[in-house]
Amino acid sequence: MRDVAVVAFSQSPSVRRETDCNEVEILIPVIHELRTNAGITNEDVDFVCSGSSDYLAGQSFAFVSGLDAVGAWPPVCESHVEMDGAWALYEAWVKIQMGYAELALVYGFGKPSMGDLPLTMALQLDPYSVMPLWPDAVSIAALQARLLLDDGVVSERDMAEVAVRDRANAKQNPYAQVKGDFSVDQILADPYLVSPLRKHDCSPISDGASAILLAAGDRAKDLCKRPAWIRGIEHICEPQDLGVRDLKRSRSTEIAAEKAGVRAGKIDVAELSAPFTHQEILVERALGLGSETSINPSGGALAGNPIMAVSADRAVAHATSGPCLQQNLICVLEG
Amino acid sequence: MSSTDESSLTASHKLEYSYKRSLGPVLSRFFTGIRDRQLLGAKRADGTVMVPPKEYDPDTAAALDELVPVGPGGIVKSWAWVSEPRRQQPKDHPFAYALIQLDGADTPFLHVVDTNDEAAMKTGMRVTATWADEATGAITDITFVPEDAR
Repeated sequence: MRDVAVVAFSQSPSVRRETDCNEVEILIPVIHELRTNAGITNEDVDFVCSGSSDYLAGQSFAFVSGLDAVGAWPPVCESHVEMDGAWALYEAWVKIQMGYAELALVYGFGKPSMGDLPLTMALQLDPYSVMPLWPDAVSIAALQARLLLDDGVVSERDMAEVAVRDRANAKQNPYAQVKGDFSVDQILADPYLVSPLRKHDCSPISDGASAILLAAGDRAKDLCKRPAWIRGIEHICEPQDLGVRDLKRSRSTEIAAEKAGVRAGKIDVAELSAPFTHQEILVERALGLGSETSINPSGGALAGNPIMAVSADRAVAHATSGPCLQQNLICVLEG
Repeated sequence: MSSTDESSLTASHKLEYSYKRSLGPVLSRFFTGIRDRQLLGAKRADGTVMVPPKEYDPDTAAALDELVPVGPGGIVKSWAWVSEPRRQQPKDHPFAYALIQLDGADTPFLHVVDTNDEAAMKTGMRVTATWADEATGAITDITFVPEDAR
């Protein structure tokens, strides 16, 4: 295994509706800031990988235009995943492991405000037996939440406490979208959005972009005083059918955490990207995190666009995809 | 060229996929069953029955081809109340999405329960499938209602 590290990171603020910029225009300052901070130019990068979803733009190959933010010259070796940027990072990590790249630029972007995001998410479900019913993402998550509530695995108060914690943490994060001091009793008095979920149980809809620079070995040490070394990275996917999965735990997170070596040492910081409060609890439990870990100092997905944690001795980053935590990626960083 | 020039060439254009996709051996039987007012599940190697059936077992990847009748009654294992349905969703009034475990099945599947209000919904309640007047062989041919409301 080659040593690979995150050497630079940049992001745009998470906003509910970016009205003045298209996706490329959101990305351009993010990519520019990344290259400036790392002191590199386009010529130095030998692999570019992006994560986004054409379904958000409602246009096939919409991701190609994203490359305009990187620049088309000199010719780049490039790839794209129709997934969160965390999976683009995984592909870049593999590329470096294979010896095909030393320095990789990874970015992710999304502008869901152009459509009805919860409904767009229905398009990822089985196209014959589920999708024609148009179950929106909030309803699907609500089905999982009620399973947990009925069985006493979580309570509505537990879920509200997660929202209060993340929104309070997000006050320190200038890029976060939903932040502030809330009381559990106050938000529990709100009406249901899709019963049993209230608005605070759902992540906000965010337009935004982020970018990361990955470097191998000595290259990482040259570019960065304190690189965040990737000590383990793994992603696991569960079956498509909700009915055959155990929705009361996140088995894929448990397996990914085991393979990525989460428990091999103390975790100082964990950034969990779970889009619903009950799912954040499931991920936290699947990772076996305790009181020694600071969870979501950025505010996590419930406060806006998640960021990678790079300021601790040992951190774990999480990303998810699909309905009800179907697919999960775990990355352990040390620096 | 003026807009009234009747010699202008015109051509109709319909945006569509010019091909059809087969549902395959298992889902074809499932949806033909729905058209014929019969719900089917797939029997797995361990004897359990999954609905909707799949061509391959999601855990063992073994091919599945034995379909058995299930339902039309079943139990609500979980539900979500949609108080403000979107235009595309199956009802134009408040309804529930539910995970329903049909009689004879071991896994729940997602469908719709049509009740007049949220207070009528309860985990563990019994529901039964009702069919549209004209079944076309689609998942939207059926809707579930509380068994005691029939």
